[in-house]
Amino acid sequence: MSAGQPPFDSPEISRLTPVLGPGHTYSSVTDKISAIVLTRPTSIGWYIGFLLAFSIFGVLNIAIGWLIMKGVGIWGINIPIGWGFAIVNFVWWIGIGHAGTLISAILFLLNQKWRTSINRFAEAMTLFAVACAGIFPLIHTGRPWYAFWMFPYPSVMGIWPQFRSPLIWDVFAVSTYGTVSLLFWFVGLIPDLATLRDRSTTKAKQIIYGMLAMGWRGSARHWHRYQSAYLLLAGLATPLVLSVHTVVSFDFSIAIVPGWHTTIFPPYFVAGAIYSGFAMVITIAIPLRKAYGLEDFITMRHLENMAKVMLATGLIVAYGYFFEFFMSLYSGNKFDVFLVRQRLHGPYAPFYYALILCNILIPQLLWFQKMRTNVVVLFLMSIVVNVGMWLERFVIIVISLTRDFMPSAWGRYSPTIWDWATFIGTMGMFVMLIFLFVRVLPAISIAEMRELVTETSEEHK
Amino acid sequence: MIQHRSHIYGVIGEFEKPEQLVHAAAKIREAGYRYYESYTPFPVEGLPEAMGMRRNMVPLITLIGGLVGGLGGFGFQYWANVYSYPMNIAGRPLNSWPAFIPVTFELTILCASLSAVLGMLALNGLPQPHHPIFNAHRFTHASTDRFFVCIQARDKKFHLAETARFLQALAAHHVSEVHDD
Repeated sequence: MSAGQPPFDSPEISRLTPVLGPGHTYSSVTDKISAIVLTRPTSIGWYIGFLLAFSIFGVLNIAIGWLIMKGVGIWGINIPIGWGFAIVNFVWWIGIGHAGTLISAILFLLNQKWRTSINRFAEAMTLFAVACAGIFPLIHTGRPWYAFWMFPYPSVMGIWPQFRSPLIWDVFAVSTYGTVSLLFWFVGLIPDLATLRDRSTTKAKQIIYGMLAMGWRGSARHWHRYQSAYLLLAGLATPLVLSVHTVVSFDFSIAIVPGWHTTIFPPYFVAGAIYSGFAMVITIAIPLRKAYGLEDFITMRHLENMAKVMLATGLIVAYGYFFEFFMSLYSGNKFDVFLVRQRLHGPYAPFYYALILCNILIPQLLWFQKMRTNVVVLFLMSIVVNVGMWLERFVIIVISLTRDFMPSAWGRYSPTIWDWATFIGTMGMFVMLIFLFVRVLPAISIAEMRELVTETSEEHK
Repeated sequence: MIQHRSHIYGVIGEFEKPEQLVHAAAKIREAGYRYYESYTPFPVEGLPEAMGMRRNMVPLITLIGGLVGGLGGFGFQYWANVYSYPMNIAGRPLNSWPAFIPVTFELTILCASLSAVLGMLALNGLPQPHHPIFNAHRFTHASTDRFFVCIQARDKKFHLAETARFLQALAAHHVSEVHDD
């Protein structure tokens, strides 16, 4: 098998490595991926990484426990900055999730073969990011045990949620997103769970994977309906993923706060979400392929394509920043003009400059192929972009809220140790879930890799 | 070796390449068999057509689910704001439909997706913990690297020896009977 390319590829991609390393057969891809879960001994590195993440997850539990005992006063939030870290982190995490759905749904509809080996763990990343995101608005309510009030159920109070409020739209958007992402992920997993059932080494594994596989037997009629359902899910998830960050941006743009009330927010939030999501996929993919020797499956071509998506969405985000800036000045609205000056010269100006550096300037290095194919550079870049995207949400929320209309109502915001503990704690939870996932479920879709074997071998005949 | 027919689920044969299975499936159909099924480790292109499958019900179920979610979602918001708890805020319309669109949209997607997945599972008869085909002794390969076809005993044309010979003539390996229990 030589390094031939699918016909739809552009010439410059074709020069590079294929989407699947040479010489693979149905059983070799099955063996290699299922061995990570079934037969390979758990490495000492896995235990160290997991325990580290698990202890940070413990910090999250302490932070939330203390919050429930004392209330949101332990955070740095105040009036006028009622949102603070909780909403910054919520928007950041939910944005990260978007790349998983983009890879699994949109690239599937566009028939991009390079999605195959990265979609499974990108979808898992989506689920875990949504889980982390969901924690924040929940605990930010102050009384999370009343969270069910946000759902329309026939209550004794006889009232309904305010369906005209973006915050209720958020409840529906995020819970739908979480549910559909889970469905998509699980449907993709069913055939692989059957593979694990059939190859399991112990009775316990056979029973657990067998129950999860629900008796999947690969029958042609089942596959036929399965493919319909999968295609439909991809078609449904595509507008969904665009809607989720749009709705999140409505939380801001429906309000009249300077710097929030702008029509560019929905598209630029979606682009930013995909930007940070791809950065996170790269952050996970690079150590994953190294640790489990998956360089044949997650090739340089995947990394380079992801870097290109990052560059493209990063430019959309830069365009968003520029027009946000321009429209504020062009509108002549004194509060908007003031906001721009606050961003450039106000007390939080260093955050704004750091954001421009991380999100716009440094990623321009991705124009060079040498940079896109350098694993270390790419890994560092992905972290820089995620820091940048976090700063973006900080700038949007904190600068606008600290100084809006009346100077008498101005304030300052600085996070407390509990804000940091909660934020870093969710990172621990995220990493812990990723560690568990790669250990107990196939991190790459085995069934789709077999299809890829057929397709790539047909091309070399 | 020949057992009573009621204990036999069918005769199974195995292929190494997906194209061989597609070819065999078409031949089996031409030979007049109706109750037979292929088992593959991934969806094989051309196999549904070779087996004479037509469109399935999943898209229709998904459409109905989506319509129920969308109309139900909008209808509920309309009912809640116009009939159940009307609130006059500065004379603004009670049926402020643009503000109801995001929730309507999300519920459309949610119900359509749930219908697609649950509909697919229901039509496939899953979850189903056991199936006679799992008795076939090389069947674990069906989830790895082999392509199987099984002609079922309930087919009118089924005859244990002849069907087995027929499968062998189609170049199937490891042709063997599958028992019911």
